[in-house]
Amino acid sequence: MARFLVRRLIAMVALLFVISLVTFLLFIVALPNGSPAAEIAGRLATPAEVHLITVRYGFDKPIWVQYVKTMANIFGGSAYSYQSGFNVDQQIVAGLPATVSLALGAGFIWLLTSILVGTLAAIRAGRYTDRVLTVLSMIGVSMPPFFLGGVLIYYAGYKLGIIPLGGYVPWSQGVGDWLWHLVAPWFTLSILFIGIYSRVLRSTILDTINDDFVRTAKAKGLSGRQVLIRHVLRNSLIPIFSLWGLDLAQVIGGGAILTESVYSLHGVGYLAYQSVGHLDTITLLAIVMLTALAVVVLSALTEIVYAILDPRVRLQ
Amino acid sequence: MSAVEPLLEVEDLRVSFATEDGIVRAVDGVSFSVAPGEVLAIVGESGSGKSVTAMTLMGLTRGPNARIEGRATFAGKDLISASERDLQHIRGASMAMVFQDPMSSLNPVYRIGHQIVEQIRVHDRNVSRAQAMARAVELMERVGIPRAAERLRSYPHEFSGGMRQRVMIAMALSCSPKLLIADEPTTALDVTIQAQILEELRTLREQTDAGIILVTHDLAVVADIADRIVVMYSGRVVEQGTLDEIFYDPMHPYSWGLLGSITRVDRDRSQRLAAIPGMPPSLLHTPRGCHFRPRCVHAFGKCTEDPQLSARIPGNAEHRDRCWLELEQKRTLRMVGGQIGLASPEPVIS
Repeated sequence: MARFLVRRLIAMVALLFVISLVTFLLFIVALPNGSPAAEIAGRLATPAEVHLITVRYGFDKPIWVQYVKTMANIFGGSAYSYQSGFNVDQQIVAGLPATVSLALGAGFIWLLTSILVGTLAAIRAGRYTDRVLTVLSMIGVSMPPFFLGGVLIYYAGYKLGIIPLGGYVPWSQGVGDWLWHLVAPWFTLSILFIGIYSRVLRSTILDTINDDFVRTAKAKGLSGRQVLIRHVLRNSLIPIFSLWGLDLAQVIGGGAILTESVYSLHGVGYLAYQSVGHLDTITLLAIVMLTALAVVVLSALTEIVYAILDPRVRLQ
Repeated sequence: MSAVEPLLEVEDLRVSFATEDGIVRAVDGVSFSVAPGEVLAIVGESGSGKSVTAMTLMGLTRGPNARIEGRATFAGKDLISASERDLQHIRGASMAMVFQDPMSSLNPVYRIGHQIVEQIRVHDRNVSRAQAMARAVELMERVGIPRAAERLRSYPHEFSGGMRQRVMIAMALSCSPKLLIADEPTTALDVTIQAQILEELRTLREQTDAGIILVTHDLAVVADIADRIVVMYSGRVVEQGTLDEIFYDPMHPYSWGLLGSITRVDRDRSQRLAAIPGMPPSLLHTPRGCHFRPRCVHAFGKCTEDPQLSARIPGNAEHRDRCWLELEQKRTLRMVGGQIGLASPEPVIS
């Protein structure tokens, strides 16, 4: 276990380095965004002012010096957006509560719902229930958040007033209000994943059901439900959990850009959306680093959980 | 044997499955019985319906595409018409099964001990976990697993195939079944392990009064353990009788073929190993009349009529077969090169 963690830590640092390098080259060097100094100086700046900023920000230094400095700033908490002038890390931290609330709530909803839906579809495979669920899953998968969100906000929010029109209320300002503002985003984000997960689970269950050990379980005299839960589901859920860990990491890392944007949920994804609009490369760079960090950490956690769930897997 | 009330009586069992290609008649009118303490071997090649017969008795072939008819009376209850709930109480308790592939028959995510305990406790809720564990250790020792108390905490992947099959047997024995069905229990194992597993079965039948159904394609396996043999071909019983009757006085050409294809130490090694020519018929389109007819060198006109499984030897009601040949013809035709076998259609050049 200790060896696993150390190795994972080294791999994590290496991975973050590579990702940061690629993103840096992509965003800062290759992105045709004109000179960052001119951007900072504004449209009315004189060439002398631009030159001053170039020197002060170090845009005249070699690329690798700029890279090291930028990364030091991002990880040291002193990176500022060239566009807005805000502290990048503070903005991300400010967005995290909304994003984590969205991710965890939606994550549990889509996990539990897809377990129910997937199992039901599998045990009714080929029959009416299964067909209806298949169609619903397909609709869920092909329902983009901006569409579903738009429809919900217009009808349930604007017309009926049963959900707010958007925005995020922190937990500290009232759990009820927090919940009320999150219900629609949770639902919107979950629908997509429920569609995918329930399909995946349905097919893993149908694979597992034909396994020899399931026949053994029946031959032991277990009831249909005991066989299903203890032997089929217990084994079929393993891949679902590892999928879940990675998707959750995505959302925590600001991946739910569409959902956060359509509901004006001021989280990391919303910040990413705004940064893309303004070509705010420093902020984007920092968000990419957060996403990478979340994915790397959660995939290590997922592997640990995987090894617990499946004793044949060894951590290395 | 017939004086004892049979433990299991199967009458005219028919199992067919609806597939995309049509109806597959996997078991086509099979009847046999097993007495307490008796080992009945069901022998036949792949696709003869022997495994489906065994699974059907356990209620494991039930499904929307399966059609099961006939009767199988076990301890006064018909297994075919029994409710799923009734079957649950029988399965694993008074009737247990050991499967062919021990490598995949145990759930990889649970410890061995847990899997044995699960079966004990599902049939008797009054047994505590600790008691069940103690019983699991006993069972594992009984089937020859060393350091049983320790191995209880192992996972299946930490066991070899032979050890896993012992676990399967221990599990099957956990509720002291009256009937044990072993479906090719040694097929996936090394020959040395095979012998050990068969030894366990032999010990079991000596120690308990349980009846055993041993399903196998290997006549050599049954030679020193079976009391009676049922030979199946293409979903039907083609011959049944005692071990000696089948080995020394076989009546059906298919049985001759099976006997002829056993490797024997006392046979001339320059000879090629005999094989039955051709392939078993598809169960979608079984031949008219005797199912073995297309592969049988002794087939004649009458073989297009269905032969019934009946006693064809005067004075012996228990030895039955499904072959139209006359008794004396059979006894002459089955001798090939001084041994019992199925004559080749043309001389085999090795």
